[in-house]
Amino acid sequence: MTDVLTGLARTVPAGVLVGLPVLLPLLGAALALLLRRAGTQRAIPLLVLPVMALDAAALLLRADADGPLAVQAGNWDAPFGISLVADRLSSLLTLVSVIVLMVVLVYAIGQGVADAADERSDRVRVVFHPAYLVLASGVSFSFLTGDLFNLFVAFEVMLTASYVLITLQAGPSAVRSAMTYIVVSLLASVLFVTVIGLVYAATGTVNMADLRGALAEVPGGVRLSLALLLIVVFGIKAALFPLYFWLPDSYPVAPAPVTAVFAGLLTKVGVYAIIRTQTLIFPDDTAVTGPVLLVLAGATLLVGILGAIAQNEIKRVLSFTIVSHIGFIVMGLAFFTVAGVAGAVLYMVHHIVIQTTLFCVEGLIERRTGTSRLDRISGLTHRSALLGVLFALPALSLAGIPPFSGFLAKLALLQAGSAVGSWVIVGLAVLVSLLTLYSMALIWGSAFWGSPSDVVPDEDPEDAVQVGVRTVPATMTAATAAVVLVGLAIPVLGGPLYALCLRAAADLLAAGPYVEAVLG
Amino acid sequence: MSALARAAAEGTVLAPTGSSLVLALVVGVLFATGTYLLLQRPLTRVLIGLALLTHAANLLLLVAGGLSGAAPFIGDDGSVPERMADPLPQAMALTAIVISFAVSALLLAVAYRSYALTRDDVVQDDPEDSRIAHHVEEGPS
Repeated sequence: MTDVLTGLARTVPAGVLVGLPVLLPLLGAALALLLRRAGTQRAIPLLVLPVMALDAAALLLRADADGPLAVQAGNWDAPFGISLVADRLSSLLTLVSVIVLMVVLVYAIGQGVADAADERSDRVRVVFHPAYLVLASGVSFSFLTGDLFNLFVAFEVMLTASYVLITLQAGPSAVRSAMTYIVVSLLASVLFVTVIGLVYAATGTVNMADLRGALAEVPGGVRLSLALLLIVVFGIKAALFPLYFWLPDSYPVAPAPVTAVFAGLLTKVGVYAIIRTQTLIFPDDTAVTGPVLLVLAGATLLVGILGAIAQNEIKRVLSFTIVSHIGFIVMGLAFFTVAGVAGAVLYMVHHIVIQTTLFCVEGLIERRTGTSRLDRISGLTHRSALLGVLFALPALSLAGIPPFSGFLAKLALLQAGSAVGSWVIVGLAVLVSLLTLYSMALIWGSAFWGSPSDVVPDEDPEDAVQVGVRTVPATMTAATAAVVLVGLAIPVLGGPLYALCLRAAADLLAAGPYVEAVLG
Repeated sequence: MSALARAAAEGTVLAPTGSSLVLALVVGVLFATGTYLLLQRPLTRVLIGLALLTHAANLLLLVAGGLSGAAPFIGDDGSVPERMADPLPQAMALTAIVISFAVSALLLAVAYRSYALTRDDVVQDDPEDSRIAHHVEEGPS
């Protein structure tokens, strides 16, 4: 079966396979801006994203069977031109991201954020689909680029689209939060350009495969400071302690589908960049960066989850759990062993899906009750048992209860941690899992149990997001159910998936095939 | 034949158009003023601070390319690669300038929207932060 599919994937030229996830959504976005009829605009991403998913699946098969696929854009040779590289890690993450993007698109259309009908929100409709596609392009470009400067470009593509999405139909408080988000992201980008300038000054190249060799000849102190500067840059994007403060402030104000995509994808792109740069271009600095990352991971885990427990709003609780669980991924990386990095990759896959699911469910809750505040919602199980199931499954998974995906991913990380004897972080991780369960139980106890509460009227009835309307469109529920099912599929496919993560991690730490594929 | 190409053909090494030390100092000053402005409360100052910071970063990219030299045109008669300026950081700086230009325009639009909504240029407090701070001062009710 896999062999047949791999053979099929081999018939497509590598240039098309690797370039398509970056270029197709951009073309789609341009088309969607030109063709403003609601039906056409909706059809474009509904066509583009499945094609991207197929392509990403083909990439994963090819990369797993034949090793990393490298494409030099415009035929400029490797260290000078733009390299796109699809290895196991990038293609796996592209695939998962596109699946999540597809489901959330259906959800957004159901909710009416994507194509609100009345005249006032006409501008929103025109902007949503193109921005969404540009975001998709930026995310896959970030995963596929083999070049530090193009990683910056990819980040900017993704972030600019996210600036547009977060300010869609924004009221005063949303504009204030969006401002924080944009200023912080822009500052991180400025720092990124600065580090790229310094890296270029030290080595004369920005191609990541080339940098591995070039940086090995740079004096240790210079190289280490570059590595740490990059951790700061990506730490802001990934919401790592102590640079996470912007996230719980800005994510909750966006409409639910937008927050769901941000929660699933944007911080993971930052973490991906940390994993890629630290394993590929700074392999000699792990003696220092490993402990630094481990301390940061521990602090992120603890501070994030304590923040979550203190909150009184479902969206803010979930936003703090994003921060906290970024710590798990970074912890896996910090071991710099195959098992650790494999655990981190598996955790990323799990967390992309589960965190998106939880925000989708939050949107359903808000739709039904009109608010996200825990002190104003209760007795949801009386209204909809289905909603209870849809929330309970991903919440248990997030906390790491067997047999859900969170359990597998945490188990992989804890095993990796005990293998290298880092008992403190292992203990901390277990504690944070319990506290995650506690924070989810707080939501459950407050919102789902008790006597049914009154519906809170929509504070801003004129915007595209209708809340407190009791009726929930079937598309929204179906999309949420679909992403819950994707989450349930992870433990079912656990064995092969973890084996794939192990191979991806071995690739990352050895890096030989990657460098060979790019430089030839 | 252009002046640059002639100079290259004659084998004279061109004087750098701007000395690296001066440029490095300019980068430093831009970073310092940018950071100072970024930490102010009024939004306009934050925006100008960010603009200065992006200029600093772009200039740093340019300085990273080393000393300047002949225009890097392949096929321009007599030019030798050794005397050309490094084109890669220039290309990167151009890309970064275009990107920061677009993002600054968007940021200005959002800042204007913020001004239109609040009639105030000052960055507002986070309501949730104020609530928690109040909660801590008063003690749980």
